[in-house]
Amino acid sequence: MLWISQPGSWVIILTLAAGFILDSLPMPPWVQPFKPDWLALILIYWCMALPHRVGIATGWLLGLLVDSGQGVLLGQHALVYGIWAFCAIKGYRQVRLFPIWQQALIILLFLMAGRLLLSWIDGVMGYPPTDWWFFAPALSGALLWPIILIALRDVRRHYRIE
Amino acid sequence: MSQVTPERPWLNPELVLNLKLVVVVIVSLVIMLLDHRTVYLQPVRGALATLVYPLQLAIRFPVDAGQRLHHLWIDQQALIHENQRLRHQQLLLSAQVQRLSSLEVENRRLRTLLDSAAQMRERVLIAELLTVDSDPYRHRILLNRGQVQGVKVGQPLLDQRGVVGQIVYANPLNSTAILITDPNHALPIQVNRNGLRTLAVGTGDYRRLQLPYVPNNYDVQVGDLLITSGMGGRFPHGHPVGVVTSVEFDPGSPFARIEAYPTAQLDRIREVLILDLVGYPVRDAIIDDPH
Repeated sequence: MLWISQPGSWVIILTLAAGFILDSLPMPPWVQPFKPDWLALILIYWCMALPHRVGIATGWLLGLLVDSGQGVLLGQHALVYGIWAFCAIKGYRQVRLFPIWQQALIILLFLMAGRLLLSWIDGVMGYPPTDWWFFAPALSGALLWPIILIALRDVRRHYRIE
Repeated sequence: MSQVTPERPWLNPELVLNLKLVVVVIVSLVIMLLDHRTVYLQPVRGALATLVYPLQLAIRFPVDAGQRLHHLWIDQQALIHENQRLRHQQLLLSAQVQRLSSLEVENRRLRTLLDSAAQMRERVLIAELLTVDSDPYRHRILLNRGQVQGVKVGQPLLDQRGVVGQIVYANPLNSTAILITDPNHALPIQVNRNGLRTLAVGTGDYRRLQLPYVPNNYDVQVGDLLITSGMGGRFPHGHPVGVVTSVEFDPGSPFARIEAYPTAQLDRIREVLILDLVGYPVRDAIIDDPH
């Protein structure tokens, strides 16, 4: 990718790697259904903050890595992450100006749409969702958005990534 | 990335963005279709999986470090006790194996007499569990052995109590396996008591298997041991799978409602045995038989 040579790219890559690790961290069974999509949240943040550097291609590639890492159908997370990146870039001008709780609501919508798409693909593959719990990560993700936003903004300002 | 440079003013950024989305959607759909229907993408999957493997190992690092610390501080008395216990266990097991090996030779001789086609020989590989699929309904696990160590798609997994699952993707350094309780997994089994053959289907619950294709008038009882029948050609015959926990005869349906409890402890496995089955003709077996 073009932006890898630009200053600060390693910070972006490190945060995305951290997101990947957080996503596959083993959790006690009662936390499991609420596990937020860390990588998606971090991707959406970078897409909104630096839309000229992190975009659909990055999202798509990350999704492919998630697919192969989790051993699921190749392309399902790629599609969803690509769409998440698209939504973030499409709406970043408006969403960036919203107060934080309103941003969290928009993020909730994004995440729910992505979750729905993932569950459709799973359904086609023979794993139809049996209850509504597959929306739970979207909810916890939206609740986490303020923290992610503030933390990553501090990181971005500290390393002066433009 | 879609920033318009002044030299290319005809490129509308909105248009470029939308086009990118269309491309991503189409490419993803094609990839999904290819991956579902064919095996052509297996090398790509392997390469990508190897790329993220260090991250997955990083997840395990704290656990491993904790264990190492524990080993460092474990007291000598406990070690001696454990050593003694293991020694006894080994003595017991090796006595059993002695009997088994003579039985195996006898079995093989009888099979030659009966002109039975092929006998399987097994090699085993021990693999550790790296991660469990985060989707609670999809029972898949990631193992730390791959093609380099000889893992192939379709190889059966066992633990010390019974059948665990089978390999679905073999990457260069790791592999993904599906458990027998995954809703998409069906295992050819046999009731040990009377040899009745049927399928055990996963339910999405680590402690439940279903036997949906047993007619109402067949003889299955609570407590029956289920073993692999060897029918699908993937699992060798005779490994324990589960114990029947409930049998309900439903006069309204042609099949009985039967459930079983898997003997393998699927929700707390940490290490599994990967079986490498080497089929070979019986005559060769007699010739290179070491006994």
